[in-house]
Amino acid sequence: MEIVKPQQTVVTPEHLLFEAPRKRAYITGSEAASEAIKRANVDIAIAYPITPQSETMQRVGDLFGQGYVRDYYRAEDEVGAFSAISGASRTGVRCMTASSGPGLMRGLEVIASWPGHRVPVVFLIMCRVINAPLSIQPDNLELDYMLSTGNIVFHAENQQDFFDYTLAGFVISEKCEVTLPVAVAVDGFFVTHARGWVEMPSSDLKLPPRDCYREAVPMIDNENPPIRIARDAPIQKSNFISYQMHASWQQEIHAAQERSRRWIYKYLGGLIEVVNPGAETVIVASGSAVSQSREAVRQAEEMGHRIGLIKVKSLRPFPVEELREACKSAKRIIVPEFNCAGWLNRELRATLYNHSDAEIAPGPRVFGGITMPTELILQWLFDKTGNCR
Amino acid sequence: MLNTEKQSLGDKNGKTVASYRVLPGPEGLLPPAAACCGITLPLEGEGLVEGIIRSEQDTIEEMARQLLTRRNPTIFPGPLVLWAWKDGVTVKADCIMELANEIPGVRIIPMPDYRPIYPKIDPEAVINPCHPNLTIAHNKIEVCVFIGVHCHFANITLKMIRAGTNCYTITLCNEAGHEDSMASLPFCGTDKVEALTNAVRKLKAGGLRPYHADTPGIQLTVAQKAVAAGLKNGN
Repeated sequence: MEIVKPQQTVVTPEHLLFEAPRKRAYITGSEAASEAIKRANVDIAIAYPITPQSETMQRVGDLFGQGYVRDYYRAEDEVGAFSAISGASRTGVRCMTASSGPGLMRGLEVIASWPGHRVPVVFLIMCRVINAPLSIQPDNLELDYMLSTGNIVFHAENQQDFFDYTLAGFVISEKCEVTLPVAVAVDGFFVTHARGWVEMPSSDLKLPPRDCYREAVPMIDNENPPIRIARDAPIQKSNFISYQMHASWQQEIHAAQERSRRWIYKYLGGLIEVVNPGAETVIVASGSAVSQSREAVRQAEEMGHRIGLIKVKSLRPFPVEELREACKSAKRIIVPEFNCAGWLNRELRATLYNHSDAEIAPGPRVFGGITMPTELILQWLFDKTGNCR
Repeated sequence: MLNTEKQSLGDKNGKTVASYRVLPGPEGLLPPAAACCGITLPLEGEGLVEGIIRSEQDTIEEMARQLLTRRNPTIFPGPLVLWAWKDGVTVKADCIMELANEIPGVRIIPMPDYRPIYPKIDPEAVINPCHPNLTIAHNKIEVCVFIGVHCHFANITLKMIRAGTNCYTITLCNEAGHEDSMASLPFCGTDKVEALTNAVRKLKAGGLRPYHADTPGIQLTVAQKAVAAGLKNGN
């Protein structure tokens, strides 16, 4: 049966993200992600099902059925899915995939190879527990492993962020000086399976197609002479030339991450958001821990305390200078996280070392699926008499 | 103080004030990526000289001066200008030849593709991103121009050149430019190549004596001469 392609108008990223009128919808994070894909002019989506990612990719499959996505299939596993999406991206088409916890870990070798191959792709991560004993509950420990892969990593707070960051992710990923995969993470279930208000432009609009001949590496296009060349050098010789080339190659990945900062400012409004700037007690958080922290800040205000909140939108590149500036007045910082490792706490300590005298508390943290009640955040902020710790 | 010992001063809204300077090397074993030291790319209408954002015109003039006053100037054309793969490429290639003809003693050594060449490169025939310093060192190149090279491969090449040679690197980039070269022009179409050619002409007309004033025109390497001779003999 032939699919009747929907009529969508190509508009600039700026128009789609900032100018086009938006309508509100009360939808889940999975629905928000698929609504972003609907407007992203995606050529191919490949994934392997895993909870809590499955619903999003099932919905993307439906978009394929409706003609919004040009190709779609379920791979044999995550290694297959992520390898195939890498190959697809090398041919110059717009690609996306998604996974969660153990699925991400299974495909991590391939994920870590994407940046070195300079493949633009958007990778949606619906975080969940990765470690034994097996659980499907929310926990974002897998992001700890993502931080060193060379991928750009955004951490969405809510359904609205998931929609906006996903669309912006395609645009940033495909900038010539960036040409890197962008992972957009969200905390599973809390966002993917819960509803929230999302403002979206009309689905009659979509991003321009990928302009693959204006990227940092040649596409695999056997019809065009400059491209009839091996793209990735097999640098596997045991000599200094090989080592040096590989070292320079790795440096270039991190340089490309740095270059994405300009575009993150443009399309995400910056790498952080600051509530109550200049406060002496500050919460630094990412993902859905930000939402819990917002409520804690509100409750603290009712108690007569002004608490600062810094939302970290981009984990890679990490907002080093921004955090140093935003924490200038801080005397005590707490870092609520949904994982046992405390990766954001560790990143913050490394960032503020020698740049702040603030005490950085080692928590609060919940994991294994436990929710983070605002009372827990308040306990880390105030002692039993109601004074700031 | 080594370049590598200098630190970034700050980062505001994607614009950075950095103290690191991108200077001719040899800088050492593994120089940092300039972007990681706070050097940001120029915008349209701007250029980058040794890590500092300058006006496009200033950048062009500095490029012209370096090309005329350093030893063994060499143009490295990449795949994007070596093959007529889309409209406009031959026009750009002609502009590059016009530029070359204005630089006394200049050589043209192509980077035809990015595959590593083992076991031995012919440094008079090609430059290769896996070991660009071999071509630079063999030919004693102290100023060069990269044009038509995909940005990823240009960037890894530029760092290796800065690590091990004293070559002044210039990039005429069709896209966003290169922090790791000593002078870089972004969004460089034929108009900007022509502007550089005119800047070279203007400097010479103004009395600047080129380093290779006595060897006008494009110079062939020994390997290129051999090829040219072979072609003439019908081989």
